[in-house]
Amino acid sequence: MYAGLWHILPGPWWLRVLLIVILAIAVIYGLFFYVFPWVSSTLLPQDVTVA
Amino acid sequence: MDDASSPLGTGTDEAAPQLRDRGQARPRRRASVVGILGEILITLGVVTLLFVAWQLWIGDVIYGAERGAQAAEQSELWQSEYEEHAEAAPQVTETPAPADATVDPVILAQPADAQIFGIMWIPRFGTDYHVNIAGGVTRANTLDPIGIGHYPGTQMPGEMGNFAVAAHRTTWGKPFNRIAEIHVGDAIVIETPDGWYTYRFRTLEYVQPSAIEVILPVPQEVGVSANDRYLTMTSCSPMYSMTERIVGYSAFESFTPRSAGAPASLTVAAA
Repeated sequence: MYAGLWHILPGPWWLRVLLIVILAIAVIYGLFFYVFPWVSSTLLPQDVTVA
Repeated sequence: MDDASSPLGTGTDEAAPQLRDRGQARPRRRASVVGILGEILITLGVVTLLFVAWQLWIGDVIYGAERGAQAAEQSELWQSEYEEHAEAAPQVTETPAPADATVDPVILAQPADAQIFGIMWIPRFGTDYHVNIAGGVTRANTLDPIGIGHYPGTQMPGEMGNFAVAAHRTTWGKPFNRIAEIHVGDAIVIETPDGWYTYRFRTLEYVQPSAIEVILPVPQEVGVSANDRYLTMTSCSPMYSMTERIVGYSAFESFTPRSAGAPASLTVAAA
């Protein structure tokens, strides 16, 4: 999977490393600001109220 | 992940001559099903660890900063609105209230769900601690995205009875994280467009999650009509658990209208 990713990226090795870093940052950003808040809100019960 | 398999398959065939041309002796290994499965599992493990780090630490850094910035913005907005209003209608000269005046508090109407109507300041947590308060106590609409939620139907700041609010003690910016560290007599100030309502902290209590008596007009007193103005804060206890609730009670001290400027209770650092 990751070997395949490395293979389809264009350019010399340093460009591929740069692209992978950018991709990783984009994925982590998506996780932190969209996926994880959704998971926490919908799947993890955290009750702070009396009811 | 599914797109990775096809380039792998074709890539092996296309790459083989190139590799030989470049004189590299080692042929590319074929991606096995087990290998891909292993990479997926490692990825899921890393993502799970990232989630734990986000939930317990990074998310609080992000949301904590966001809460503070939103409340600061809200506070400045109300102040500038007030100043514009005061400039626009200078003929309405209100009698300037003395600093220690006991002014009847302005009572706001019940807010709509997720409508921001106040800001909570707790100098004990630092003079820069300020979090927005909005109507409703659902996680989806108020507690997760805004911060502090007002129990619908309980009284409003300064009103006879109980102004009851809830907030996270852990995660989501954790507005009430240090609720157990407030001292007796500490100021808890609620800012609204009209001014500042100063409450003084009285006591903490630990109750069952079903103890709705804590948000009654007189906390824990069933069937008693309001005799004073209280503030009740509820959060989870122990931290990272939901088995009990921690409840903080405060009693109303004074109302400072916006025309009189920020009260001393807000600016004096907690002793």
